[in-house]
Amino acid sequence: MADLAHSGGVHEAHHPKLQHHFEDLDQQREASTLGMWLFLVTEIMFFGGLFCAYLIYRGASFDAFAEASRSLDLYLGGFNTAVLIGSSLTMALAVWAAQVSKRKALIVFMILTIVLGAVFLGVKVIEYSGKFAHHHVPGDSFEWAPPYGDPANEAGTEMFFSLYFAMTGLHAAHMIIGMGFLAYLLIPAWQGKFNADWYNPVECFGLYWHFVDIVWIFLFPLLYLIGRH
Amino acid sequence: MTTHAAAAPGSNYLTNGFSLKSWLLTKDHKRIAILYMISITVFFVLGGLFAFVVRLELLTPAGDLMEADTYNRMFTMHGVVMIFFFLIPSIPAVLGNFLVPIMIGAKDLAFPKINLASWYLYNIAGVITLAAIAMGGVDTGWTFYTPFSTTYANGYVVLTVVGLFINGFSSIFTGLNFIVSIHRMRAPGLTWFRLPLFIWGHYATSLVIMLGTPVIAITLALLAAERALHLGIFDPALGGDPILFQHLFWFYSHPAVYIMILPSMGVISEIISAFTRKKIFGYHFVAFASIAIAILGFLVWGHHLFVSGQSIYAGLVFSVLSMLVGVPSAVKVFNWMATLYQGSISRQTPMLYALGFIGLFTIGGLTGVMLATIGLDVHVHDTYFVVAHFHYIMVGGAIMGYLGGIHFWWPKMTGRLYPNFWSKLSAGLVFVGFNLTFFPQFILGYLGMPRRYWSYPDEMQVLNVLSTAGATILGVGYAMPLFYLLWSLKGGRVADDNPWGAYGLEWETSSPPPTENFLHDPVVTGGPYDYAELERKRG
Repeated sequence: MADLAHSGGVHEAHHPKLQHHFEDLDQQREASTLGMWLFLVTEIMFFGGLFCAYLIYRGASFDAFAEASRSLDLYLGGFNTAVLIGSSLTMALAVWAAQVSKRKALIVFMILTIVLGAVFLGVKVIEYSGKFAHHHVPGDSFEWAPPYGDPANEAGTEMFFSLYFAMTGLHAAHMIIGMGFLAYLLIPAWQGKFNADWYNPVECFGLYWHFVDIVWIFLFPLLYLIGRH
Repeated sequence: MTTHAAAAPGSNYLTNGFSLKSWLLTKDHKRIAILYMISITVFFVLGGLFAFVVRLELLTPAGDLMEADTYNRMFTMHGVVMIFFFLIPSIPAVLGNFLVPIMIGAKDLAFPKINLASWYLYNIAGVITLAAIAMGGVDTGWTFYTPFSTTYANGYVVLTVVGLFINGFSSIFTGLNFIVSIHRMRAPGLTWFRLPLFIWGHYATSLVIMLGTPVIAITLALLAAERALHLGIFDPALGGDPILFQHLFWFYSHPAVYIMILPSMGVISEIISAFTRKKIFGYHFVAFASIAIAILGFLVWGHHLFVSGQSIYAGLVFSVLSMLVGVPSAVKVFNWMATLYQGSISRQTPMLYALGFIGLFTIGGLTGVMLATIGLDVHVHDTYFVVAHFHYIMVGGAIMGYLGGIHFWWPKMTGRLYPNFWSKLSAGLVFVGFNLTFFPQFILGYLGMPRRYWSYPDEMQVLNVLSTAGATILGVGYAMPLFYLLWSLKGGRVADDNPWGAYGLEWETSSPPPTENFLHDPVVTGGPYDYAELERKRG
């Protein structure tokens, strides 16, 4: 079946970023993009377990979930949603800047993305500390009482906050890891290594960042909006 | 067919650097496969020792060798080590790592650094789990059912779970690498239906790994959060449902069985074709059967919950879907049988393992259909019947494939042949020992002996003694390859490039292969297993 013939093509000058086991940069780029998409599939399954739990428990203790949802701050949540969508925009612009070899724009948009991510996490810290102050953190000290709601719903609301912390916590962890990666990518960006020929890492990171964003787009209505009224 | 062993004498992936660093920082998939083989063997021995302790306790009806609590820890750690640290990574991480790039005619996997990271994550996870074991272990059973694992366990559940969480990433990295490589890095001319069935098996496995592993990861993370931080997702006191844990757990852990068996089926297809000197009968059906098993595998987890109080209608659907898995599995077995028919069969060691696989897998599969029947399952649920069934699949299936594959490709990996007599003896001992260990357990289970108990009624002793005796023979059979394969590295006959006269890209490069796998980039011009063509060329 196989002829071990000499590969016919003359080897072009190697791009410094072309790894030895790939034929050309196109193959390398396709492989890394496919790899990133596959990784995102595993991420969907990872969050999927939590969404599944939310769906089941919301049906099981609907009133408690509605009450607990009303105690969340819609303004902070809404503000954060806008911040995160803004960071997706700056990230998309960063990918564009890399593709058209605009070094300065790339650096500016990457830094902006990190800053917006930090603003999001800062607001999250304010929200979390409110939960601690009001004993809305699951555990022995959990309390559910007026003005927030009916103490009879304590078990169900504690479940809501278990899910709230698990889901937003996992999402925040993804953002922190993402910001770390983005900061790390700033080094080659600063050195001007990303350009029209090779912008793979920025593009793949962009996919990741948009994914984290989309997770929030689902979390926000589930936790803050539906069942509020 | 060209041989070029003489083209580059003495230069191969093994001789390309001898320092420790050249191994520990290698990005060569073949070296990573060897590293994995060493790590996995350590865990196999460890898991085997736990099993031996369990069987020793069960030699007598009374619980006399150890405390009940110690016994709980022993079978838990046997399960945890064998499943997560041996069976799941065994064939993909060792044989798959070594062979997938070569079989698709590539120089390496798509992401060599991630491949190396996968080995490190595996070892970190292993060390964390070993630390938990050394400090006292876990007593929950490998299934970690809540609330037993959250409220009532008195072992190192969180630490063990952290180990398994990290181990999951090592699996995902391997699966990711395989899928991307098979999609994007096949040699010119190597279309999907020219791929060896070993590749199809690994592709299907990788799909299961990618879709299943993240679910067990989040489930175990929630379990740890519940135990450590009192985040009560599965806590009934908060309206949480322990059954949800079982659903999420089995959503991964049932398909995990197919992670173990699908690559093994790939190995068996290669061996049977090579030692019957025939094209695999119904190649397309065998290839698609792998994909079918991977897909159906995700739809059957509920058969672990027949007695948990899930709705009877869900039970009926899961029962029917579970039986459906029997269809692609039987397609494979029948096609292997048809391949044997009128083949020119040679009884080399790998072939003995492959034939053993067919026998054991068939028994395991048929009892699986029995267990998918709700009425029967209610009767034998949580008995030794179930224990025997899944050992026939996971040990009789996956390990027979692993050992058969190790023997089959040993000359390719090391350049040396194993000793014939000892390897055939070991294959025979494994087959006999295995059946003696686990067949009595079917009967024990049917008589009502529950699993995970340290003592049993006196009248069950004869069958238990038989089982322990079988386990001893099995242990000897498993230990032997460790010695003669190591010996063969120095003392074995030097293998040529294609000692079996087998068909496939891996047999066209030198033994052991050069670091870049092929001295010239391969171009594929025909379908797989074309033994008629091979014979013509050889004259």
